[in-house]
Amino acid sequence: MAQEFWRWKEYNWHDPNECWKNAKMLTAGVDVGSVSTQAVVMADGELCAFASMRTGSDSPDSARKAMEWALKDTDMKLEQIRYVVGTGYGRVNVPFAHRSITEIACHARGANFMYGSSVRTVLDMGGQDCKAIRCDEKGKVSAFLMNDKCAAGTGRGMEVFADLLSVPLQEIGDLSFQVEKEPPPVSSTCVVFAKTEAVGLLRKGWPKNDVLAAYCSAMAHRVYTLLERLGVEKDFGITGGIAKNSGVVKRLKNEMGLEPLTPRYDPQIAGAVGAALFGRTLALKEAPVQ
Amino acid sequence: MITVGIDMGAKTTKVAILRDGQVLARGLTPTGFDQQEAAEKALAEALGQAGLQKSDVARIFVTGVGRQQASFANGALTEVAADAKGSLLLNRDLRTVIDVGAEEGRAIKCTAEGKVADFAINEKCAAGAGSFVEAMSRALEVPLEKMGEMSLRSKNAVAMNAQCTVFAESEVVSLVHAKTPKEDIVRALHDAIANRIVSMARRVGVQETVGLIGGVAYNVGFVDALRRCLEVGSVWVPPEPEYVGAIGAAVAAAEAA
Repeated sequence: MAQEFWRWKEYNWHDPNECWKNAKMLTAGVDVGSVSTQAVVMADGELCAFASMRTGSDSPDSARKAMEWALKDTDMKLEQIRYVVGTGYGRVNVPFAHRSITEIACHARGANFMYGSSVRTVLDMGGQDCKAIRCDEKGKVSAFLMNDKCAAGTGRGMEVFADLLSVPLQEIGDLSFQVEKEPPPVSSTCVVFAKTEAVGLLRKGWPKNDVLAAYCSAMAHRVYTLLERLGVEKDFGITGGIAKNSGVVKRLKNEMGLEPLTPRYDPQIAGAVGAALFGRTLALKEAPVQ
Repeated sequence: MITVGIDMGAKTTKVAILRDGQVLARGLTPTGFDQQEAAEKALAEALGQAGLQKSDVARIFVTGVGRQQASFANGALTEVAADAKGSLLLNRDLRTVIDVGAEEGRAIKCTAEGKVADFAINEKCAAGAGSFVEAMSRALEVPLEKMGEMSLRSKNAVAMNAQCTVFAESEVVSLVHAKTPKEDIVRALHDAIANRIVSMARRVGVQETVGLIGGVAYNVGFVDALRRCLEVGSVWVPPEPEYVGAIGAAVAAAEAA
Protein backbone atom coordinates (compact mmCIF):
# COMPACT_ATOMS: atom_id res chain seq x y z
CA MET A 1 0.00 0.00 0.00
CA ALA A 2 1.37 3.42 -0.91
CA GLN A 3 2.50 5.47 2.07
CA GLU A 4 0.50 8.63 2.69
CA PHE A 5 3.20 11.12 3.62
CA TRP A 6 0.81 13.89 4.40
CA ARG A 7 -1.06 11.84 7.00
CA TRP A 8 0.11 13.00 10.42
CA LYS A 9 -0.24 10.75 13.44
CA GLU A 10 -3.53 10.78 15.32
CA TYR A 11 -3.29 10.25 19.08
CA ASN A 12 -4.95 10.37 22.46
CA TRP A 13 -3.58 11.03 25.96
CA HIS A 14 -4.80 10.94 29.53
CA ASP A 15 -3.31 11.98 32.86
CA PRO A 16 -1.57 8.92 34.36
CA ASN A 17 -2.55 10.23 37.81
CA GLU A 18 -6.24 10.15 36.80
CA CYS A 19 -6.90 13.68 38.03
CA TRP A 20 -10.56 13.37 37.08
CA LYS A 21 -11.24 11.00 39.95
CA ASN A 22 -11.28 13.70 42.61
CA ALA A 23 -12.53 16.49 40.42
CA LYS A 24 -15.46 18.69 41.48
CA MET A 25 -16.35 19.46 37.86
CA LEU A 26 -15.45 18.08 34.47
CA THR A 27 -15.76 20.23 31.37
CA ALA A 28 -14.83 19.57 27.75
CA GLY A 29 -13.97 21.47 24.60
CA VAL A 30 -14.26 20.12 21.07
CA ASP A 31 -12.47 21.99 18.30
CA VAL A 32 -13.77 20.79 14.94
CA GLY A 33 -11.40 22.22 12.38
CA SER A 34 -11.54 21.78 8.65
CA VAL A 35 -8.55 19.46 8.80
CA SER A 36 -8.32 18.13 12.37
CA THR A 37 -10.57 17.71 15.38
CA GLN A 38 -9.46 17.86 19.00
CA ALA A 39 -11.45 16.91 22.09
CA VAL A 40 -10.14 17.98 25.49
CA VAL A 41 -11.43 17.09 28.96
CA MET A 42 -10.49 19.23 31.94
CA ALA A 43 -10.95 18.51 35.62
CA ASP A 44 -11.38 21.73 37.63
CA GLY A 45 -9.44 23.58 34.95
CA GLU A 46 -6.60 21.05 34.69
CA LEU A 47 -5.95 18.94 31.62
CA CYS A 48 -6.93 15.32 32.16
CA ALA A 49 -7.48 13.80 28.70
CA PHE A 50 -7.49 14.66 25.01
CA ALA A 51 -7.53 13.24 21.51
CA SER A 52 -6.53 14.63 18.13
CA MET A 53 -7.66 13.14 14.84
CA ARG A 54 -8.36 14.02 11.22
CA THR A 55 -11.78 15.60 10.60
CA GLY A 56 -13.76 13.34 8.32
CA SER A 57 -16.34 14.45 5.77
CA ASP A 58 -19.00 14.30 8.50
CA SER A 59 -18.45 16.95 11.20
CA PRO A 60 -20.88 15.68 13.90
CA ASP A 61 -19.36 12.27 13.52
CA SER A 62 -15.84 13.70 13.91
CA ALA A 63 -16.83 15.50 17.11
CA ARG A 64 -18.31 12.34 18.55
CA LYS A 65 -15.36 10.15 17.55
CA ALA A 66 -12.79 12.56 18.98
CA MET A 67 -14.72 12.77 22.27
CA GLU A 68 -14.99 8.99 22.51
CA TRP A 69 -11.32 8.59 21.86
CA ALA A 70 -10.37 11.18 24.50
CA LEU A 71 -12.44 9.25 27.05
CA LYS A 72 -11.45 5.81 25.81
CA ASP A 73 -8.61 4.81 28.13
CA THR A 74 -10.19 6.49 31.12
CA ASP A 75 -13.23 5.45 33.10
CA MET A 76 -14.99 8.76 32.45
CA LYS A 77 -18.34 8.87 30.72
CA LEU A 78 -19.68 11.71 28.54
CA GLU A 79 -22.62 12.10 30.95
CA GLN A 80 -20.21 13.06 33.75
CA ILE A 81 -19.04 16.09 31.82
CA ARG A 82 -20.89 19.09 33.15
CA TYR A 83 -20.39 21.47 30.24
CA VAL A 84 -19.20 20.96 26.67
CA VAL A 85 -18.22 23.83 24.38
CA GLY A 86 -17.79 23.41 20.64
CA THR A 87 -15.43 25.57 18.60
CA GLY A 88 -13.73 25.65 15.23
CA TYR A 89 -15.06 25.70 11.70
CA GLY A 90 -17.48 22.87 12.50
CA ARG A 91 -18.53 24.15 15.92
CA VAL A 92 -22.23 24.08 15.15
CA ASN A 93 -21.84 20.39 14.45
CA VAL A 94 -20.99 19.23 17.95
CA PRO A 95 -24.34 17.65 18.80
CA PHE A 96 -23.53 17.13 22.50
CA ALA A 97 -22.20 20.67 23.08
CA HIS A 98 -24.03 23.07 25.39
CA ARG A 99 -22.69 26.06 23.49
CA SER A 100 -20.37 27.07 20.73
CA ILE A 101 -17.75 29.80 20.93
CA THR A 102 -15.58 31.22 18.14
CA GLU A 103 -12.12 29.76 17.68
CA ILE A 104 -10.41 33.15 17.99
CA ALA A 105 -11.62 33.50 21.57
CA CYS A 106 -10.85 29.85 22.34
CA HIS A 107 -7.33 29.97 20.94
CA ALA A 108 -6.46 33.05 22.96
CA ARG A 109 -7.85 31.49 26.14
CA GLY A 110 -6.13 28.19 25.38
CA ALA A 111 -2.82 29.95 24.67
CA ASN A 112 -3.11 31.73 27.99
CA PHE A 113 -3.39 28.31 29.67
CA MET A 114 -0.57 26.72 27.65
CA TYR A 115 1.86 29.60 27.81
CA GLY A 116 0.91 31.42 30.96
CA SER A 117 -0.51 34.86 31.60
CA SER A 118 2.47 36.66 30.07
CA VAL A 119 1.47 35.74 26.51
CA ARG A 120 0.18 38.76 24.56
CA THR A 121 0.50 37.67 20.92
CA VAL A 122 -0.69 34.31 19.64
CA LEU A 123 -0.07 32.91 16.18
CA ASP A 124 -2.38 30.05 15.31
CA MET A 125 -1.30 28.09 12.27
CA GLY A 126 -4.16 25.73 11.65
CA GLY A 127 -5.18 23.29 8.98
CA GLN A 128 -6.79 25.78 6.63
CA ASP A 129 -6.27 29.16 8.20
CA CYS A 130 -3.74 31.31 9.93
CA LYS A 131 -4.59 33.75 12.70
CA ALA A 132 -2.61 36.38 14.55
CA ILE A 133 -4.26 37.31 17.87
CA ARG A 134 -3.49 39.93 20.51
CA CYS A 135 -4.75 39.23 24.01
CA ASP A 136 -4.50 40.39 27.59
CA GLU A 137 -3.22 38.60 30.70
CA LYS A 138 -6.52 36.74 31.03
CA GLY A 139 -6.44 35.48 27.46
CA LYS A 140 -9.12 37.91 26.30
CA VAL A 141 -8.86 38.95 22.63
CA SER A 142 -8.09 42.59 21.92
CA ALA A 143 -7.36 42.37 18.16
CA PHE A 144 -6.83 39.79 15.45
CA LEU A 145 -6.06 39.25 11.79
CA MET A 146 -6.95 36.14 9.90
CA ASN A 147 -6.14 34.59 6.58
CA ASP A 148 -8.60 31.88 5.73
CA LYS A 149 -8.67 32.41 1.99
CA CYS A 150 -5.22 31.19 1.01
CA ALA A 151 -3.41 27.92 1.73
CA ALA A 152 -0.02 29.57 2.18
CA GLY A 153 1.11 29.26 5.79
CA THR A 154 -1.48 26.62 6.63
CA GLY A 155 -1.33 22.93 7.42
CA ARG A 156 -2.90 22.01 4.10
CA GLY A 157 -0.06 23.74 2.30
CA MET A 158 2.44 21.71 4.33
CA GLU A 159 0.54 18.50 3.58
CA VAL A 160 0.73 19.26 -0.15
CA PHE A 161 4.51 19.57 0.11
CA ALA A 162 4.89 16.44 2.22
CA ASP A 163 2.99 14.59 -0.47
CA LEU A 164 4.97 16.17 -3.32
CA LEU A 165 8.36 15.35 -1.82
CA SER A 166 7.33 12.03 -0.26
CA VAL A 167 8.47 13.14 3.18
CA PRO A 168 6.38 12.29 6.28
CA LEU A 169 4.85 15.53 7.55
CA GLN A 170 6.31 15.16 11.05
CA GLU A 171 9.86 14.94 9.66
CA ILE A 172 9.76 18.08 7.53
CA GLY A 173 11.10 20.37 10.25
CA ASP A 174 14.23 18.44 11.15
CA LEU A 175 15.05 17.54 7.54
CA SER A 176 14.79 21.18 6.48
CA PHE A 177 17.84 21.95 8.62
CA GLN A 178 19.94 19.13 7.24
CA VAL A 179 21.28 21.34 4.46
CA GLU A 180 24.77 22.60 3.69
CA LYS A 181 23.68 26.19 3.38
CA GLU A 182 20.29 27.78 4.00
CA PRO A 183 18.78 28.24 0.51
CA PRO A 184 16.71 31.28 -0.53
CA PRO A 185 12.94 30.90 -0.04
CA VAL A 186 10.73 29.80 -2.95
CA SER A 187 9.51 32.93 -4.71
CA SER A 188 5.84 32.00 -4.89
CA THR A 189 3.63 32.42 -1.85
CA CYS A 190 0.91 30.39 -3.55
CA VAL A 191 1.14 26.71 -2.64
CA VAL A 192 0.14 25.61 -6.14
CA PHE A 193 2.81 27.75 -7.81
CA ALA A 194 5.37 26.90 -5.12
CA LYS A 195 4.76 23.25 -5.98
CA THR A 196 5.60 23.89 -9.64
CA GLU A 197 8.64 25.86 -8.55
CA ALA A 198 9.73 23.00 -6.28
CA VAL A 199 9.52 20.50 -9.13
CA GLY A 200 11.76 22.79 -11.18
CA LEU A 201 14.28 23.00 -8.32
CA LEU A 202 14.38 19.22 -7.94
CA ARG A 203 15.04 18.88 -11.67
CA LYS A 204 17.89 21.35 -11.35
CA GLY A 205 19.42 18.96 -8.86
CA TRP A 206 18.39 20.55 -5.57
CA PRO A 207 18.39 17.98 -2.72
CA LYS A 208 14.96 17.36 -1.15
CA ASN A 209 16.00 18.91 2.17
CA ASP A 210 16.96 22.14 0.42
CA VAL A 211 13.56 22.31 -1.24
CA LEU A 212 11.92 21.72 2.16
CA ALA A 213 14.05 24.49 3.63
CA ALA A 214 13.13 26.88 0.82
CA TYR A 215 9.43 26.18 1.31
CA CYS A 216 9.52 26.46 5.13
CA SER A 217 11.38 29.72 4.72
CA ALA A 218 8.71 31.13 2.40
CA MET A 219 5.94 30.01 4.75
CA ALA A 220 7.67 31.53 7.78
CA HIS A 221 7.94 34.82 5.94
CA ARG A 222 4.32 34.67 4.91
CA VAL A 223 3.06 34.31 8.49
CA TYR A 224 5.54 36.93 9.61
CA THR A 225 3.85 39.50 7.33
CA LEU A 226 0.53 38.66 8.98
CA LEU A 227 2.04 39.23 12.43
CA GLU A 228 3.72 42.44 11.34
CA ARG A 229 0.39 43.85 10.15
CA LEU A 230 -1.19 43.16 13.52
CA GLY A 231 1.77 44.27 15.57
CA VAL A 232 3.63 41.93 17.91
CA GLU A 233 3.84 42.42 21.67
CA LYS A 234 5.79 39.95 23.77
CA ASP A 235 5.43 37.33 24.99
CA PHE A 236 4.69 35.38 21.86
CA GLY A 237 3.23 31.89 21.57
CA ILE A 238 2.30 29.64 18.66
CA THR A 239 -0.65 27.25 18.51
CA GLY A 240 -2.01 24.87 15.91
CA GLY A 241 -0.40 21.93 14.19
CA ILE A 242 2.42 23.87 12.48
CA ALA A 243 3.66 24.98 15.91
CA LYS A 244 5.21 21.50 15.91
CA ASN A 245 7.11 22.17 12.67
CA SER A 246 10.55 23.41 13.68
CA GLY A 247 11.28 24.21 10.03
CA VAL A 248 8.76 27.05 10.11
CA VAL A 249 8.98 27.98 13.80
CA LYS A 250 12.77 28.44 13.94
CA ARG A 251 12.84 30.48 10.75
CA LEU A 252 9.97 32.62 12.01
CA LYS A 253 11.84 33.19 15.26
CA ASN A 254 14.85 34.40 13.25
CA GLU A 255 12.78 36.83 11.23
CA MET A 256 10.95 38.18 14.27
CA GLY A 257 14.02 38.37 16.46
CA LEU A 258 11.76 37.04 19.22
CA GLU A 259 11.83 33.63 20.86
CA PRO A 260 8.36 32.04 21.09
CA LEU A 261 7.41 30.55 24.46
CA THR A 262 7.61 26.80 24.88
CA PRO A 263 4.15 25.28 25.34
CA ARG A 264 3.20 23.23 28.39
CA TYR A 265 1.18 20.84 26.23
CA ASP A 266 0.61 19.91 22.61
CA PRO A 267 -0.06 23.25 20.85
CA GLN A 268 -2.57 21.64 18.53
CA ILE A 269 -5.10 21.32 21.36
CA ALA A 270 -5.09 25.01 22.31
CA GLY A 271 -8.50 25.73 20.76
CA ALA A 272 -10.19 22.83 22.52
CA VAL A 273 -8.45 23.72 25.81
CA GLY A 274 -9.78 27.26 25.58
CA ALA A 275 -13.23 25.90 24.84
CA ALA A 276 -13.10 23.59 27.88
CA LEU A 277 -12.02 26.50 30.09
CA PHE A 278 -14.87 28.65 28.79
CA GLY A 279 -17.13 25.72 29.63
CA ARG A 280 -15.91 25.83 33.22
CA THR A 281 -16.50 29.58 33.50
CA LEU A 282 -20.01 29.25 32.07
CA ALA A 283 -20.88 26.28 34.28
CA LEU A 284 -19.68 28.11 37.41
CA LYS A 285 -21.80 31.13 36.49
CA GLU A 286 -24.86 28.94 36.20
CA ALA A 287 -24.36 27.01 39.41
CA PRO A 288 -21.38 27.94 41.55
CA VAL A 289 -19.67 24.85 42.97
CA GLN A 290 -19.65 24.75 46.82
CA MET B 1 7.31 41.24 -44.82
CA ILE B 2 7.25 38.11 -42.73
CA THR B 3 7.60 38.42 -38.96
CA VAL B 4 7.46 35.93 -36.11
CA GLY B 5 6.05 36.31 -32.61
CA ILE B 6 6.92 33.88 -29.81
CA ASP B 7 4.93 33.78 -26.57
CA MET B 8 6.99 31.94 -23.96
CA GLY B 9 4.36 31.04 -21.42
CA ALA B 10 4.58 29.22 -18.12
CA LYS B 11 3.10 26.05 -19.51
CA THR B 12 3.24 26.30 -23.30
CA THR B 13 5.28 28.20 -25.86
CA LYS B 14 3.36 29.56 -28.83
CA VAL B 15 4.61 30.83 -32.19
CA ALA B 16 2.75 32.83 -34.83
CA ILE B 17 4.05 33.74 -38.29
CA LEU B 18 2.58 36.90 -39.78
CA ARG B 19 2.78 38.33 -43.28
CA ASP B 20 1.18 41.69 -44.00
CA GLY B 21 -1.31 41.32 -41.18
CA GLN B 22 -2.28 37.73 -42.01
CA VAL B 23 -1.44 34.74 -39.82
CA LEU B 24 0.41 32.22 -42.01
CA ALA B 25 1.07 29.48 -39.48
CA ARG B 26 1.20 28.61 -35.79
CA GLY B 27 3.30 26.34 -33.60
CA LEU B 28 2.94 25.19 -29.99
CA THR B 29 5.02 23.11 -27.65
CA PRO B 30 5.06 22.48 -23.87
CA THR B 31 7.54 24.88 -22.27
CA GLY B 32 9.05 22.29 -19.93
CA PHE B 33 12.18 23.38 -18.09
CA ASP B 34 14.25 24.67 -21.03
CA GLN B 35 12.55 27.77 -22.40
CA GLN B 36 15.05 28.40 -25.20
CA GLU B 37 14.66 24.86 -26.48
CA ALA B 38 10.87 25.06 -26.38
CA ALA B 39 10.93 28.33 -28.35
CA GLU B 40 13.14 26.83 -31.04
CA LYS B 41 10.97 23.73 -31.30
CA ALA B 42 7.72 25.69 -31.63
CA LEU B 43 9.35 27.98 -34.19
CA ALA B 44 10.55 25.04 -36.28
CA GLU B 45 7.03 23.60 -36.22
CA ALA B 46 5.45 26.85 -37.40
CA LEU B 47 8.07 27.40 -40.13
CA GLY B 48 7.55 23.86 -41.35
CA GLN B 49 3.81 24.42 -41.51
CA ALA B 50 4.29 27.62 -43.54
CA GLY B 51 6.93 26.06 -45.78
CA LEU B 52 9.45 28.75 -44.76
CA GLN B 53 13.03 28.98 -43.52
CA LYS B 54 14.29 31.09 -40.65
CA SER B 55 16.07 33.25 -43.23
CA ASP B 56 12.70 34.23 -44.74
CA VAL B 57 11.79 35.93 -41.50
CA ALA B 58 12.56 39.64 -41.21
CA ARG B 59 12.23 39.96 -37.44
CA ILE B 60 11.38 37.84 -34.38
CA PHE B 61 9.81 39.39 -31.28
CA VAL B 62 9.19 37.58 -28.02
CA THR B 63 6.81 37.96 -25.11
CA GLY B 64 5.77 35.83 -22.15
CA VAL B 65 7.27 35.05 -18.78
CA GLY B 66 10.27 33.31 -20.37
CA ARG B 67 11.12 36.02 -22.88
CA GLN B 68 14.53 36.81 -21.37
CA GLN B 69 15.67 33.31 -22.37
CA ALA B 70 15.27 33.71 -26.13
CA SER B 71 18.73 34.59 -27.38
CA PHE B 72 17.72 34.71 -31.04
CA ALA B 73 14.98 37.36 -30.66
CA ASN B 74 15.29 40.83 -32.23
CA GLY B 75 13.03 42.45 -29.67
CA ALA B 76 10.67 41.85 -26.77
CA LEU B 77 7.48 43.28 -25.37
CA THR B 78 5.31 42.68 -22.32
CA GLU B 79 2.47 40.14 -22.40
CA VAL B 80 -0.03 42.90 -21.82
CA ALA B 81 1.18 44.87 -24.86
CA ALA B 82 1.29 41.72 -26.98
CA ASP B 83 -2.23 40.71 -25.94
CA ALA B 84 -3.58 44.15 -26.88
CA LYS B 85 -1.89 44.22 -30.29
CA GLY B 86 -2.86 40.67 -31.17
CA SER B 87 -6.45 41.08 -30.05
CA LEU B 88 -7.05 44.29 -31.97
CA LEU B 89 -5.57 42.80 -35.13
CA LEU B 90 -8.19 40.06 -34.96
CA ASN B 91 -11.10 42.24 -33.85
CA ARG B 92 -11.01 46.04 -34.12
CA ASP B 93 -14.05 46.46 -31.82
CA LEU B 94 -12.46 45.06 -28.68
CA ARG B 95 -12.04 47.49 -25.81
CA THR B 96 -11.55 45.03 -22.93
CA VAL B 97 -9.35 41.99 -23.34
CA ILE B 98 -9.30 39.27 -20.72
CA ASP B 99 -6.45 36.78 -20.99
CA VAL B 100 -6.58 33.66 -18.82
CA GLY B 101 -3.53 31.48 -19.20
CA ALA B 102 -2.13 28.57 -17.25
CA GLU B 103 -0.69 30.63 -14.41
CA GLU B 104 -1.68 34.24 -15.00
CA GLY B 105 -4.88 36.16 -15.47
CA ARG B 106 -4.92 39.62 -17.05
CA ALA B 107 -7.52 42.26 -17.80
CA ILE B 108 -6.53 44.88 -20.35
CA LYS B 109 -8.27 48.05 -21.35
CA CYS B 110 -7.44 48.83 -24.99
CA THR B 111 -7.73 51.80 -27.27
CA ALA B 112 -8.96 51.51 -30.85
CA GLU B 113 -5.32 51.63 -32.00
CA GLY B 114 -4.42 48.54 -29.98
CA LYS B 115 -2.62 50.43 -27.24
CA VAL B 116 -2.89 49.58 -23.58
CA ALA B 117 -4.87 52.17 -21.61
CA ASP B 118 -4.87 50.26 -18.31
CA PHE B 119 -4.38 46.73 -17.06
CA ALA B 120 -4.62 44.46 -14.01
CA ILE B 121 -2.72 41.22 -13.47
CA ASN B 122 -3.00 38.26 -11.19
CA GLU B 123 0.21 36.27 -11.14
CA LYS B 124 0.26 35.38 -7.45
CA CYS B 125 -2.73 33.13 -6.99
CA ALA B 126 -3.42 29.88 -8.80
CA ALA B 127 -7.18 30.26 -8.30
CA GLY B 128 -7.30 33.04 -10.87
CA ALA B 129 -5.82 31.06 -13.76
CA GLY B 130 -5.99 27.81 -15.69
CA SER B 131 -4.16 25.97 -12.92
CA PHE B 132 -7.40 26.17 -10.94
CA VAL B 133 -9.47 24.39 -13.57
CA GLU B 134 -6.76 21.76 -14.01
CA ALA B 135 -6.56 21.05 -10.29
CA MET B 136 -10.34 20.75 -10.09
CA SER B 137 -10.45 18.40 -13.08
CA ARG B 138 -8.01 16.15 -11.18
CA ALA B 139 -9.97 16.37 -7.94
CA LEU B 140 -13.21 15.46 -9.73
CA GLU B 141 -11.61 12.88 -12.02
CA VAL B 142 -13.18 14.58 -15.03
CA PRO B 143 -10.99 15.06 -18.13
CA LEU B 144 -10.06 18.70 -18.56
CA GLU B 145 -11.59 18.97 -22.01
CA LYS B 146 -14.96 17.72 -20.68
CA MET B 147 -15.18 20.25 -17.82
CA GLY B 148 -16.75 23.01 -19.92
CA GLU B 149 -19.57 21.08 -21.56
CA MET B 150 -20.33 19.34 -18.25
CA SER B 151 -20.88 22.63 -16.49
CA LEU B 152 -23.40 23.70 -19.13
CA ARG B 153 -25.55 20.68 -18.20
CA SER B 154 -25.91 21.80 -14.59
CA LYS B 155 -29.43 22.39 -13.33
CA ASN B 156 -28.58 23.83 -9.89
CA ALA B 157 -26.38 26.57 -8.59
CA VAL B 158 -24.31 25.25 -5.69
CA ALA B 159 -22.42 27.55 -3.34
CA MET B 160 -18.65 27.24 -3.12
CA ASN B 161 -16.86 28.85 -0.18
CA ALA B 162 -13.24 28.25 -0.96
CA GLN B 163 -11.28 30.98 -2.72
CA CYS B 164 -8.06 28.98 -2.82
CA THR B 165 -7.27 26.13 -5.21
CA VAL B 166 -5.96 23.94 -2.37
CA PHE B 167 -9.07 24.46 -0.23
CA ALA B 168 -11.39 24.13 -3.20
CA GLU B 169 -9.96 20.66 -3.83
CA SER B 170 -11.04 19.62 -0.31
CA GLU B 171 -14.40 21.29 -0.76
CA VAL B 172 -14.97 19.48 -4.05
CA VAL B 173 -14.21 16.14 -2.40
CA SER B 174 -16.75 16.94 0.37
CA LEU B 175 -19.37 17.87 -2.22
CA VAL B 176 -18.80 14.62 -4.08
CA HIS B 177 -19.15 12.70 -0.78
CA ALA B 178 -22.41 14.54 -0.17
CA LYS B 179 -23.61 13.21 -3.54
CA THR B 180 -23.78 16.61 -5.23
CA PRO B 181 -24.06 16.01 -9.01
CA LYS B 182 -20.72 16.61 -10.71
CA GLU B 183 -22.35 18.90 -13.29
CA ASP B 184 -23.40 21.26 -10.50
CA ILE B 185 -19.96 21.19 -8.88
CA VAL B 186 -18.25 21.94 -12.18
CA ARG B 187 -20.60 24.82 -12.85
CA ALA B 188 -19.94 26.23 -9.37
CA LEU B 189 -16.21 26.03 -10.04
CA HIS B 190 -16.50 27.90 -13.31
CA ASP B 191 -18.67 30.55 -11.67
CA ALA B 192 -16.08 30.91 -8.90
CA ILE B 193 -13.14 31.51 -11.21
CA ALA B 194 -15.22 33.75 -13.48
CA ASN B 195 -16.13 35.84 -10.42
CA ARG B 196 -12.50 36.29 -9.53
CA ILE B 197 -11.53 37.25 -13.08
CA VAL B 198 -14.40 39.72 -13.34
CA SER B 199 -13.44 41.38 -10.03
CA MET B 200 -10.02 41.91 -11.54
CA ALA B 201 -11.50 43.19 -14.81
CA ARG B 202 -13.72 45.70 -13.01
CA ARG B 203 -10.57 47.29 -11.60
CA VAL B 204 -9.74 48.56 -15.09
CA GLY B 205 -13.36 49.12 -16.07
CA VAL B 206 -15.25 46.83 -18.43
CA GLN B 207 -16.14 48.29 -21.81
CA GLU B 208 -17.68 46.33 -24.66
CA THR B 209 -16.75 44.63 -26.88
CA VAL B 210 -15.14 42.21 -24.44
CA GLY B 211 -12.71 39.61 -25.77
CA LEU B 212 -11.41 36.49 -24.05
CA ILE B 213 -8.07 34.96 -25.03
CA GLY B 214 -5.63 32.44 -23.61
CA GLY B 215 -5.96 28.67 -23.32
CA VAL B 216 -8.82 28.74 -20.82
CA ALA B 217 -11.00 30.36 -23.51
CA TYR B 218 -11.46 26.86 -24.96
CA ASN B 219 -13.56 26.08 -21.92
CA VAL B 220 -17.17 26.77 -22.99
CA GLY B 221 -18.34 26.56 -19.38
CA PHE B 222 -15.92 29.28 -18.35
CA VAL B 223 -16.89 31.48 -21.29
CA ASP B 224 -20.55 31.15 -20.32
CA ALA B 225 -19.82 31.90 -16.66
CA LEU B 226 -17.73 34.91 -17.64
CA ARG B 227 -20.47 36.27 -19.88
CA ARG B 228 -23.04 35.94 -17.08
CA CYS B 229 -20.73 37.48 -14.49
CA LEU B 230 -19.86 40.43 -16.71
CA GLU B 231 -23.54 40.88 -17.55
CA VAL B 232 -22.82 41.36 -21.23
CA GLY B 233 -24.65 39.89 -24.21
CA SER B 234 -21.64 38.07 -25.51
CA VAL B 235 -17.91 37.59 -25.08
CA TRP B 236 -15.82 37.41 -28.26
CA VAL B 237 -13.45 34.45 -28.43
CA PRO B 238 -11.08 33.96 -31.41
CA PRO B 239 -10.84 30.49 -33.00
CA GLU B 240 -7.40 29.68 -31.52
CA PRO B 241 -7.31 31.84 -28.41
CA GLU B 242 -3.94 30.78 -27.01
CA TYR B 243 -1.98 32.27 -29.95
CA VAL B 244 -3.08 35.88 -29.56
CA GLY B 245 -0.04 36.86 -27.49
CA ALA B 246 2.30 35.42 -30.10
CA ILE B 247 0.34 37.16 -32.88
CA GLY B 248 0.70 40.43 -30.99
CA ALA B 249 4.44 39.92 -30.74
CA ALA B 250 4.59 39.34 -34.51
CA VAL B 251 2.59 42.56 -35.02
CA ALA B 252 5.09 44.44 -32.86
CA ALA B 253 7.93 42.94 -34.92
CA ALA B 254 6.30 44.24 -38.11
CA GLU B 255 5.76 47.69 -36.59
CA ALA B 256 9.42 48.01 -35.57
CA ALA B 257 10.47 49.22 -38.97
